[in-house]
Amino acid sequence: MKILVCISKTPDTTAKIAFTDNNTKFDANGVQWIINPYDEWYSLVRAIELKETDPSTVIHLVTVAAADADPIIRKALALGGDEAIRVNADSHDSFYIASQIAEVAKQGGYDLVFTGKETIDYNGSSIGGMVAELLDLPYISLATKFEISANKATVTREIEGGEEVAEANLPLVVSCQKGMAEQRIPNMKGIMGARTKPLKVQEPVAVDPLTAVAGFELPPAKAGVKLVDAENVDELVRLLHEEAKAI
Amino acid sequence: MSVLIFIDTTDGHVKKATLEALSYGSKIAAQMGTVAEGVVLGNVQDDLASLGKYGVTKIHQVTADALSQPDAQVYCKVLAEVATAIGATVIVFSNNLNGKAIAPRLSARLKAGLVSGAVALPDTSNGFVVKKNVFSGKAFANISVTTAVKIISLNPNAYQVIAGEGTATVAAFATSVSAGAIKVTSSSKASGDVPLTEAEVVVSAGRGMKGPENWGMVEDLAKVLHAATACSRPVADAHWRPHHEHVGQTGIAIAPNLYIAIGISGAIQHLAGVNRSKVIVVINKDPEAPFFKAADYGIVGDAFDIVPKFTAAVKKIKGIA
Repeated sequence: MKILVCISKTPDTTAKIAFTDNNTKFDANGVQWIINPYDEWYSLVRAIELKETDPSTVIHLVTVAAADADPIIRKALALGGDEAIRVNADSHDSFYIASQIAEVAKQGGYDLVFTGKETIDYNGSSIGGMVAELLDLPYISLATKFEISANKATVTREIEGGEEVAEANLPLVVSCQKGMAEQRIPNMKGIMGARTKPLKVQEPVAVDPLTAVAGFELPPAKAGVKLVDAENVDELVRLLHEEAKAI
Repeated sequence: MSVLIFIDTTDGHVKKATLEALSYGSKIAAQMGTVAEGVVLGNVQDDLASLGKYGVTKIHQVTADALSQPDAQVYCKVLAEVATAIGATVIVFSNNLNGKAIAPRLSARLKAGLVSGAVALPDTSNGFVVKKNVFSGKAFANISVTTAVKIISLNPNAYQVIAGEGTATVAAFATSVSAGAIKVTSSSKASGDVPLTEAEVVVSAGRGMKGPENWGMVEDLAKVLHAATACSRPVADAHWRPHHEHVGQTGIAIAPNLYIAIGISGAIQHLAGVNRSKVIVVINKDPEAPFFKAADYGIVGDAFDIVPKFTAAVKKIKGIA
């Protein structure tokens, strides 16, 4: 089985969010970059587990990013994966990125494409669905469990207020979320090995983006907390009822 | 030219998030001087014509054996047929589970720019610009859609339901789509619970509850408020509560009218998932808990003492014996 795992570079979850150039660009000053947690903890680790069960499994990583994403890809390779492909492009349009991933997927002939459920920066939740459509493949979104037997995948996914189990034959695109796997820390052997794993850089195919970022805004600051005495819970409920009109 | 709104249903009933999408889509249609129409897949128990009061003039209903499985690939093909047939220039989804599964596919199929997680009406004064949440609720981006057909998926609880007068005509739409590749073999739902993403009130608790055996008082409070229950990441990781209750940056992002956080310190990752809530109440015994900085109301004190009093006070105000 050949798995393509989509990797995205995002600011650390604790990063301070600020913008420059008249609020049109993300201020990367002092920001730590990480592998998008959904890509790392769930889709990549689940792919690694599948390889541990069946060592003939091949895992390729793909990212659509400029060269500054290379340390992130090396970290992903340190966790696991046989080789990585970086499509050398910098874009925030989901369709552009999905089109590049779909092109890589077509060239590689994968049985399975894993994405995270969303990136923690643009929160689009779009790449998996778009890649599936571009490849004309079935798509199971927001998976919490993934099992494979012969050519058939059994996937548990979230539904409102519960979950359902769906089956589909490979090839398949799946977006992964919490429940799929547990976060891992790369070990020394993995880190050393990652240095020599292939990281192929290829140029993007020509695609017209469908959207553009016109600008950013920060949410208005909170007015400040109104503290109520612990002995006077009735007063809090009165405020919520009469002032905030929330109860 | 028209606005097409996807009517999402569960167990034959129209979802609350859909009423928001209908109200939102109808407002866009009014803004653009055109009509709003709905599309529903499968049979529905609710009276579709009455959805006209949210502003749609016509509802296209597609029933076909191929739609019996919840397969985004099949749904997408049918929606593309409907959108093309009526010449839709804006297509609206709710940014819920089905919206996340279908809207991106439709975007790629129709080469229609998608804004997912929209929080406001589009600004059409200069092009077509839609505000959406980015950085997990820590900021907004204004996204310019440059294609002829535009798709918006609207965040739940981001736009108010507006009910007026009116009845929609319901018309059958014929499709020749064939069955998809996905087969659902089982599903389970926690009965009676309010779905977290649709809940107007959420009662959430963290490590301060000391253990899963103490959640009874949290559930009691949630019950009198008709609220959904949620939890912080450490609580879900410790298996005190199910994973689907975990709200925060790596869990579910929510935007209820009222979010009550009990014994949660308010790490930045947690705040990212809840800071779009309209009113935030924090109960924590540590006055230095960072959550107080993001809260509207707070009580510094022992949750075990305060929560039962909170429940009693709500009962009193609501006249529940």
